[in-house]
Amino acid sequence: MRGFWRRYSRNRGAVIGLFILLAVIICAAAAPFLFPRSPWSMVQRPFLPPFTVDGLMLGTDALGRDVLSGLFHGARVSLLVGLVSTVVALSIGIPIGALAGYYGGLVDDGLMRFTEFFQTIPSFALAIVLLAIFQPSLGYIILAIAIVSWPPVARLVRGEVLSLRHREFVEAATLSGQSNLRIIIWQVLPNALPPIIVLASLMVATAILLESSLSFLGLGDPNVMSWGYMIGAARTVLRTAWWLSFIPGIAIVLTVLALNLIGEGLNDALNPRLRSRTP
Amino acid sequence: MSLLSFENLSIALPTGADRPLAVENVSFTLDAGEILCIVGESGSGKSMSANALMGLLPEGVTPASGRILFEDRNLLDLSEREMMSLRGREISMIFQEPLSALNPLMRIGDQIVEVFETHGRLTPPERRKRALELMHEVGLPDPDATIRAYPFQLSGGQRQRVVIAMALALEPKVLVADEPTTALDVTTQAQILALIDTLRRERGMAVLFITHDFSVVADIADRVIVMQSGEVVEAGTADKVLLDPTHAYTRALLDAIPRLSFHDSVPHDDEAAPILRVQDLSMTFRTRTSGIFAKPRVVKAVQNASFQLQKGETIGIVGESGSGKSTLGRCLVRLLTPQNGTVEIGGKDIAKINGDALHQHRRRIQMIFQDPYSSLNPRARIGTILTEGLIAYGSDKKAARTRAQELLTLVGLDPSAMTRFPHEFSGGQRQRVGIARALALDPEVIIADEAVSALDVSIQAQVLDLLAELKERLDLSMIFITHDLRVAAQVCDRIIVMQRGEMVEFGPCAQVLGDPQTAYTRSLLDAIPGKAHERALAAQREATP
Repeated sequence: MRGFWRRYSRNRGAVIGLFILLAVIICAAAAPFLFPRSPWSMVQRPFLPPFTVDGLMLGTDALGRDVLSGLFHGARVSLLVGLVSTVVALSIGIPIGALAGYYGGLVDDGLMRFTEFFQTIPSFALAIVLLAIFQPSLGYIILAIAIVSWPPVARLVRGEVLSLRHREFVEAATLSGQSNLRIIIWQVLPNALPPIIVLASLMVATAILLESSLSFLGLGDPNVMSWGYMIGAARTVLRTAWWLSFIPGIAIVLTVLALNLIGEGLNDALNPRLRSRTP
Repeated sequence: MSLLSFENLSIALPTGADRPLAVENVSFTLDAGEILCIVGESGSGKSMSANALMGLLPEGVTPASGRILFEDRNLLDLSEREMMSLRGREISMIFQEPLSALNPLMRIGDQIVEVFETHGRLTPPERRKRALELMHEVGLPDPDATIRAYPFQLSGGQRQRVVIAMALALEPKVLVADEPTTALDVTTQAQILALIDTLRRERGMAVLFITHDFSVVADIADRVIVMQSGEVVEAGTADKVLLDPTHAYTRALLDAIPRLSFHDSVPHDDEAAPILRVQDLSMTFRTRTSGIFAKPRVVKAVQNASFQLQKGETIGIVGESGSGKSTLGRCLVRLLTPQNGTVEIGGKDIAKINGDALHQHRRRIQMIFQDPYSSLNPRARIGTILTEGLIAYGSDKKAARTRAQELLTLVGLDPSAMTRFPHEFSGGQRQRVGIARALALDPEVIIADEAVSALDVSIQAQVLDLLAELKERLDLSMIFITHDLRVAAQVCDRIIVMQRGEMVEFGPCAQVLGDPQTAYTRSLLDAIPGKAHERALAAQREATP
């Protein structure tokens, strides 16, 4: 564990990313305490620029809602959607990839054609179609994002499992009478974990972007305040009140950047082939 | 003045390593046209010395003191740019694993041409012509066709020849060879050693040859340096070090060389029911090559293998790489399913059964694997590795742990190893864990697939002793797959010689190795390194009765 942190912290960007992400998490956790009122409620007259009225640091939007409150509550939604949809995508992608890689042959062909079916459709278009079919609630948004983002996981896991499948320790496990399921879960997958973790950290970032894009188009959950919705609502007043789009935009950029930096740091720390590289 | 000299070289390891200096006060000289062997076990610092010479020390490892003089220039003072122009042109290196030393996506010819290109030598057509000459010189078959081949299309020995051709391209004065034959089988090893010997004679090149195998040293060295834990413990001419070693460590290494001597094989009662009966076993691999209409590549890995293993007997399967001996072993334990034939263990044919029936009989025949580094799950503790099998066969956790501790004691490890991870152990210790795992399910037959090939010679001897002792104590029957005829001679009662998937010879050890009937077996025997040394030793013994 100490060795892991030492390798991780060697990448300065990754440490900065971790701090930004921690800040976002704290904001999300503190939102209900700092801003107990609903972020949808009107608090002042509309279009107050930032730093003009005490108590409303970032001003108000077109309907007089507190922008700072929206930012904090939006962080909750972004993180929630990012994390949960990634977990759902992993739980679809890992089993499919593991089965395809382990059994090979017809199972592999079948599962990979199924995966390719999803890969051939542009993911954003598919997400829009899915949300148009379902109701735009938070649960369905998460599901839609997960459905469009699992194929790369399946591909990655399949590749890793393929290369581990014929290692001697897996053969030894077969000989000692363990069932295939046990071998996949206890012998193969733990060794395939590092690249999956790296991919997952990047998927959280992509999911946050997807959710923002969907909310921007008005396909978000109408009951929850999100960063994408804030930008989308402010786009009509972009010329008169540019900060209303700019501020949540910065929040998205920072969070996604932080997750990407973390992903890169994790890759450095977990990838044994890079461990001994010269600085 | 010597061509190359090491003067009191010390190399510091990063803090936290098992010792402060990788190499301590190493001094030696190397003259043109001479082969100097550095011998030692893994971790003795022999490869570090070579890396320092090439300016290729790993991150965190730095030269602490001393000099490496090459034509009166201290290599340790040179800048990276100066080293780059020196590498390949003046000093070049060949590596242990030829497959990873070659770019898998480049044709052989292009890789050799690239050497000239990097150093800005010759015009493109000349480079190509020179590449062909080099390939001819290192004895690659049909250079005109091979120049367009990719590394994966060549055998291990051919790949090593390509690596040597690349190393020779710019006519270096010094060739560093880091265990160049360790990954090759005996016959190929003999050919590569002969090639290196010829080349240095024709070109007057100095060779720094690094190896852990004293029998190779005996065949090739002019002078020898023996290293132990970073220090030179003995140095001198090959004859002196090999025949009259002064240091105990050298003597121990020399004693560990397996000799081609047959033990008295216990006569086995052929009338008794054999524990393993293999009948007409065949395994053919078909691989789809690119293109729908291309004919599939068919490899007959094992053809009509038949033999019977008696209780308490050890049968050796020997042959070159690619002879099908490993495939045969994998068919016996049903990691592969043979197309034809039967594998009867205790009267039950396991060649075709599947699912539950296979699970029931699988524990009766277990395997010890070749590579102790890839045969243990790096993320599982030793305790888990040893108990998994028992639990899969319905033993409860506590009983399994007790059994695992017994097994560890049995193979000479401390039971406290249970809570540790494989990477905390040395190669020999890991192989002991591998043996314990194979024994966990009380098998009747053990298949040892090159079980000692990846180990240092001295460790190899220890593991062989352990296997012999366990076999005696537990009354095991064993099939021992190896490419090393000396090892086979030591442990086996009967020997099967395989060539291209067929059993070409089968009989008692002394008969097959003492009076070989086929040219193939004779060529295997001839390729064993260290013959000259054996003869010299025998002569020495006769002179001083």
